[in-house]
Amino acid sequence: MSTLSKRPVNPVVGASEPHESAVGHVTGRALYTDDISTVRRDALVAWPVQSTQAHALITALRTDRALAVPGVVRVLTADDVPGHNDAGIWGDEPLFPTEVMYYGHAICWVLGESTEAARLGAAAVEVEYETLPSVITVSEAIAAGSFQGTPRVSRRGDIDAALSQAAHVFSGEIETSGQEHFYLETHASLAYYDEGDQLYVQCSTQNPSEAQAVVAHVLGLPRNAITVQSLRMGGGFGGKETQPHGLAAVAALGATLTGRPVRLRLNRTQDITITGKRPGFQMTWTAGFNDDGLLVGLKASMTADGGWCLDLMQAVLSRALCHFDNAYWIPAVEVHGRIVKTHKTSQTAFRGFGGPQGVLLIEDVFGKAAPALGIDPAELRRRNFYAPGQATPYGQVVKDAERMPKIWSKLLESCAFERRQNEIAAFNDSHAHVKRGLAITPIKFGISFNASFFNQAGALVLVYQDGSVLINHGGTEMGQGLHTKMIQVAATALGVPRSAVRLAPTRTDKVPNTSATAASTGADLNGAAVKNACDQIRERMAVVASGLLGVNPADVRFSDGAVTGLGAAEQLSFAEVATAAYLQRVQLSAAGYYRTEGLHWDQESWTGSPFSYFAFGAAATEVEVDGFTGAYRTRRVDIVHDVGDSLSPMIDVGQIEGGYVQGAGWLTLEDLRWDTSNGPTRGRLLTQSASTYKIPSFSEMPEEFNVTLFDEAHEEGSIYGSKAVGEPPLMLALSVREALRQAVGGFGPAGHPVTLASPATPEAVFWAVDEARAATQAATTQSAMTPGTTTQGTSTAAAVTTDSEQPPSLTPERSSILANP
Amino acid sequence: MVQTTITVTVDGTSYTDQVEPRMLLVQYLRETLGKTGTLIGCDTSNCGACTVHLDGVSVKSCTMFAVQADGHEVTTIEGIAGADGLHPMQTAFHENHALQCGFCTPGMIMASIDLLRENPNPDEQMIRDGLEGNLCRCTGYQNIVKAVRSAAETEAAKVELGATIPVGQPS
Repeated sequence: MSTLSKRPVNPVVGASEPHESAVGHVTGRALYTDDISTVRRDALVAWPVQSTQAHALITALRTDRALAVPGVVRVLTADDVPGHNDAGIWGDEPLFPTEVMYYGHAICWVLGESTEAARLGAAAVEVEYETLPSVITVSEAIAAGSFQGTPRVSRRGDIDAALSQAAHVFSGEIETSGQEHFYLETHASLAYYDEGDQLYVQCSTQNPSEAQAVVAHVLGLPRNAITVQSLRMGGGFGGKETQPHGLAAVAALGATLTGRPVRLRLNRTQDITITGKRPGFQMTWTAGFNDDGLLVGLKASMTADGGWCLDLMQAVLSRALCHFDNAYWIPAVEVHGRIVKTHKTSQTAFRGFGGPQGVLLIEDVFGKAAPALGIDPAELRRRNFYAPGQATPYGQVVKDAERMPKIWSKLLESCAFERRQNEIAAFNDSHAHVKRGLAITPIKFGISFNASFFNQAGALVLVYQDGSVLINHGGTEMGQGLHTKMIQVAATALGVPRSAVRLAPTRTDKVPNTSATAASTGADLNGAAVKNACDQIRERMAVVASGLLGVNPADVRFSDGAVTGLGAAEQLSFAEVATAAYLQRVQLSAAGYYRTEGLHWDQESWTGSPFSYFAFGAAATEVEVDGFTGAYRTRRVDIVHDVGDSLSPMIDVGQIEGGYVQGAGWLTLEDLRWDTSNGPTRGRLLTQSASTYKIPSFSEMPEEFNVTLFDEAHEEGSIYGSKAVGEPPLMLALSVREALRQAVGGFGPAGHPVTLASPATPEAVFWAVDEARAATQAATTQSAMTPGTTTQGTSTAAAVTTDSEQPPSLTPERSSILANP
Repeated sequence: MVQTTITVTVDGTSYTDQVEPRMLLVQYLRETLGKTGTLIGCDTSNCGACTVHLDGVSVKSCTMFAVQADGHEVTTIEGIAGADGLHPMQTAFHENHALQCGFCTPGMIMASIDLLRENPNPDEQMIRDGLEGNLCRCTGYQNIVKAVRSAAETEAAKVELGATIPVGQPS
């Protein structure tokens, strides 16, 4: 067992601890950014002027009427920027644009004495536009040749040979929608110059160091002049990885120019219409199987909707191109990825970060191929799992591959899969208008940032003479429980009770040059850094204690606040040793550091070992679909998931439940719709509030939800044997999409391959049921006309659909399932 | 601007303030009184993060004006804990990990207390129906339902022991 993964006796990690801020949350005392802002009574309020064009040159920007509004103090424009007018990481995101790139793009910002004054001021700003041609959909962008970033290819083997020799070849197309983060706390920042004349920015961000860098860039200041704090976020989900930083820069610029604190909080509509989302992908695929149902090759293309600027899209595409294999061995592969540029909000990080789109692709392949192959979908998936020793298309051997079939068997058994499958078959036979479906899908998700250099972290640990401990690390808290885990890690490493450890807010002046809390790596990276700092202090304290106890330093033990020596009768308290250390002039603080070992990645050849390990899991979901309306309900969800040796089981189970539900939202409910007409509001997001953008609520809860953490799950390469948990469970929700597909299939003839749009809203499910029923009808008619024709044969032919059969309001997934000649 | 004088009791303290007639109750609570425990999530009365009690009944404080609270008693998340500790619903949310980012939590707790006032012993389905107007983006709701059930059971046990304080009254 590695030093990093080995737990001492009586570890505080592994206990189900309540969330570190739970008391604050239930009493309302836990503060968010805008709560802190209310205390600053002298703060000005920033309000944006948003574009009413999808793509246009700004030919005139007149602010004089705004300045005449009572209470308006200043209008921030490009002319005010002392440094660089850019809020991004690639230099393609002007903070104050002269060319608006999407409907809702913030053009300039009004500072007012009150929200009302700022709002009225913004309404009084006059903007004149010269309209330019716009591209809104992915298809429009492809047609217009509107691309950005670098296209990438994942290749292995001879795909053309594999497909030409395959016994069965299927192909399909799918367009999946984007997703709005809908963190309950909208973006917020507060900036002011503090008593030391330092620019202080409290920002709801997952990446304080990047906020600091962007503010410094915009203001033309060195980074040491700026401190960014991220106290906590009311949800992030990736939406606060890059998106807060231009907003923080606006507040900081305002504070710099006026000398007063500036607060900025987007209201919900502004948040949805200004900031980035999960990108939609348009994907086409051709997959070959042999007679045993084993995949022999996959040729596919993924076109990601990149929105107006590159943002994190290159990295999102990378992860998609590293996850289309999901848990499956695919001998021959050629998958192309590219990014289009559209006149929409930025497309950015969102839990899973391209992984979900990649996984969706391969699960679509299995979902479509299974009925045509006549193999049960669960069995078809199992047969294709990676075997130990096999490598991903990018060449990384799948560590712990044997866990996947173990998890699978465990789940099949615990959810009584076979019995329920039979029950469902009987139910479907006896119900013409209601059908049920039960599907099981796996997840294998690579943990680490794809870009190796991000995989580092720092921490600062202070022990005081009374034995109390204060820790600080570079990760941010967005509800995921990172701070709770870090306290548990520190308490474990120092051998003190949890109550002896307090955590101070994440700030750039405590731990510098941090990576975003993202890619599920928060606990892995920061936990290892916290442990490293604690280990340094504990080792120094062991030397002090060894003198007091009369034992060798190697024989000193720290546990639950007591310090003992092997064979020594005396017992010291942690506080006594801390005091003694101070008196002996032994340092009781330490900076911790960690870098993940063994990672490498070559993006030109698309090969390497970008991931420290893989997280595994599987989910089985049962749904019931109403044939008249397409409405459905989730009857039961069972999950077995691998979090390694859990650092904090209650928190991990919460992440799994929440991740699944958020994934189910993406796949079944959340329907971002943009105005694609040529009317005056072309490019406007039509679903810009909670009343039109539907996130999961209590009514969509699975009626029964069982989550089990996989045991035998120790991870050698990670902090106290644990694994990351943030993102992987989101993709377990693919099982609800596949269950819907199977239930819809119940309305069609045997072997009917179901085409299902994404998100599979009740409306989309209705159209899929409609198509399945039409296939049944066609099969009946045809078999009446030509006796002797098999049902299977006719249904395959009937499954070929055309666009004209789909209502224009949908984003139809077009598909043809063709037997290989 | 036109100002109206209102007198509102918030969390047991009486306040008299000049407010603009169209100031929302949630703005009054947050900006004027500094009661930042009550949060704004959606601005459009969909998410329930701003839920408070008006005379003991839950309302979304972004749906009403401050002037409508004139002469009434408002209870926020900051006013439900007793001198002897947390309100049972607060304890239940804490113990059942019925929160992650915590932003929906104050509203969720206030709505849950009102749910038990109306129905002290709801089953899971009744809890789901009763809290439908509150959104959470983190938890998937499982532990919230558990917490409300657990609070109901705790209260039921207390009533059996002869305690008389019903859930929903500020203690």
